[in-house]
Amino acid sequence: MRISDLKKGQCGTIKGFFAGDLPEKFYEMGLLPGIRVELYNDSWSKDPLYLKMEGCALAIRKAEADKIEVELEK
Amino acid sequence: MLRIALLGNPNTGKTSLFNLLTGLNQKVGNYPGITTEKKVGILEFNQKQRAEIIDLPGLYSLTPSSTDEAIVTQILVDAQNSHHPDVAVVIADATNLKRNLFLYTQVKDLGIPTLLVINMMDEAVRKGIHIDKEILERRFQTPVVKVSVRKNKGIDTLKEKLGEPIAPAQNATIPSRSKTHPAYKPNAKQLRLQESIYRYRAIRDVLKEALTVNQAEARDLTSKLDRVLTHKVWGYAIFLLVLSLIFQAIFSWAGTPMDWIDQGFNSFGKWLQWVMPAGVFTDLLSQGVIPGIAGVVMFIPQIAILFLFLTLLEESGYMSRVVFLLDKFMRRFGLSGKSVVPLISGVACAIPAILSARNIENERERLTTIMVTPFMTCSARIPVYTILIAVVIPNQKWGIFNLQGLVLMGMYILGVTTALLAAAVFKKVLKRKYKSFLIVELPPYRMPQFRNVWISMLEKTKAFVYKAGQVILAISVVLWFLANYGYREETAVPAAQMAYENSPHKPEDFQTFASGYRLKHSYLGRLGRFIEPVVAPLGYDWKIGIALLASIAAREVFVGTLATVYSVQDEGDEAPIKQRLLGEVRADGSRLFDLATGISLLLFYAFAMQCMSTIAVVRSETRSWKWPAIQFGYMTVLAYVAALLAYQILK
Repeated sequence: MRISDLKKGQCGTIKGFFAGDLPEKFYEMGLLPGIRVELYNDSWSKDPLYLKMEGCALAIRKAEADKIEVELEK
Repeated sequence: MLRIALLGNPNTGKTSLFNLLTGLNQKVGNYPGITTEKKVGILEFNQKQRAEIIDLPGLYSLTPSSTDEAIVTQILVDAQNSHHPDVAVVIADATNLKRNLFLYTQVKDLGIPTLLVINMMDEAVRKGIHIDKEILERRFQTPVVKVSVRKNKGIDTLKEKLGEPIAPAQNATIPSRSKTHPAYKPNAKQLRLQESIYRYRAIRDVLKEALTVNQAEARDLTSKLDRVLTHKVWGYAIFLLVLSLIFQAIFSWAGTPMDWIDQGFNSFGKWLQWVMPAGVFTDLLSQGVIPGIAGVVMFIPQIAILFLFLTLLEESGYMSRVVFLLDKFMRRFGLSGKSVVPLISGVACAIPAILSARNIENERERLTTIMVTPFMTCSARIPVYTILIAVVIPNQKWGIFNLQGLVLMGMYILGVTTALLAAAVFKKVLKRKYKSFLIVELPPYRMPQFRNVWISMLEKTKAFVYKAGQVILAISVVLWFLANYGYREETAVPAAQMAYENSPHKPEDFQTFASGYRLKHSYLGRLGRFIEPVVAPLGYDWKIGIALLASIAAREVFVGTLATVYSVQDEGDEAPIKQRLLGEVRADGSRLFDLATGISLLLFYAFAMQCMSTIAVVRSETRSWKWPAIQFGYMTVLAYVAALLAYQILK
């Protein structure tokens, strides 16, 4: 599933990236395989998304969230 | 002299540290990327040793995504660059070490002697974070200093360390690339991904040993606040509430001090006329310089309050939440959530606003933001709006609403709406396909530091007053000269006498008529009547035309110009400017500043690009004359057409 498929409050671990152009800045800000993210807050039509990771919080758009694969944490 | 570069992620207290080390005051903010200009200061260790410190814009990595970041990368990678440092000080946030160390390892890998400063130790301790300095020093082979800039702790140790020679670390995190450092040049995306993964893995290995977090002690106020502040509904409601509180404060708190200043200048002018010998110089002071200066000084309270609130929004971290809230909305107009910061800052002044557009990654969104920011109602428009509204809009009250207040609010709304619509037009015109993305950090909320807020407010207000003051001083002197010369006294008096005899209605005494006649035949009067045909369809006489002409330099000149012109005409009669505007009549005896002319002027000032400094900034930020020329052109045309329509319809 994709980060954008997470529901508000759900956590997932990044598995990899779907084909497409994800700017390097996403990697450098720490959105990398093995990292645990929480969809902390969404907005209307889930765009943009408020993500929480270890140590920091980020906002990204749905278009980019669609390209990041996560494994849902039960 | 030793050159030290200060760098780090945004919101790590970098600029506060810079202030502490150099004593040089400047802007510091909690919004990512608020330090948009390079700043240099001098650090004195003792009587003998000194070092130059450069404060670089905040960034997350050495692979530049925005103009701001490109500046830093250039300085660090190119050893020939005139700002290339001898020592790099990387400042890291103790509460988010992992991400902060990413940049640190990149800098270290360049082979520059590096010192790691871990800031916010007080906050880290509260959150139960323990950092082992010795392990970090051993693993990274660089000195590490733990500080709390906010609490002024560890700064002396840091100064000591900076006084000692620092050797470059030999153990690069990514060894193969450190020698030639082209890691930051080849653009192979896969390579970058690999580098990021590798770097974060290396950092994790170090932190496994060096970092322990006692979860039990952790508490997170930011998360609780964000449940509400970034909420789908409440978030927007609170944002609107915050905005309206700010505007409420600007206009209610500033009222009393503004009256004092106005009265003070009036009495001062009168006193000066009384004590100084009558003559040209006294006239110049009391009719030219003082009314001009009063026009600027009077608006200091409003402008200071505006800057105060903007700094609070940035320092607290709330501005990043506004980016999150408004991103979707702004995208419809070809802008990005990050455009919100320049647009909101534009309410104070377009110049810093346009500079703050630098941290918008996408070139097109950045350009569009720059092109539309001058529509925002900047503080220089406040004097013009205030006086015009006071003159042409009736002071009516409906319950809690005051008509004049509503019109003023309407002018702000008009500014935002026009900015957004213009952006939408640019989106259509600049059809070029482009890649747009958003990734923005939502930093923890932090209580703004009184010292930083105070310094920032003071510096910005000072800059505004000096900038505007110089222009106004120069213009009022020139105007006064032009208004007092150009006719020959011996021919003017008989000519005025004759004109007075022939004039069909005689509403005023001969003295007033004669000074009006002189003004009309001065250099200024001739210039004004030369441009009158252009401004007459908008409902303006030649005196307003002169004020418009002078306003091309800066809008706030408008009131001062009219004040100068009228005080020459009325021979230094110190009636408040509002009374003078009300007293102006057309040839047929009707009031000049009626509703039609007033609205026409309001619209003209809302849309026209009347600010030399903004034009200069747009030129330097877009590196071409093309964009400022287009901007000046379309805004002027829009202003003229809107003013023309308004006057012709309302007349």
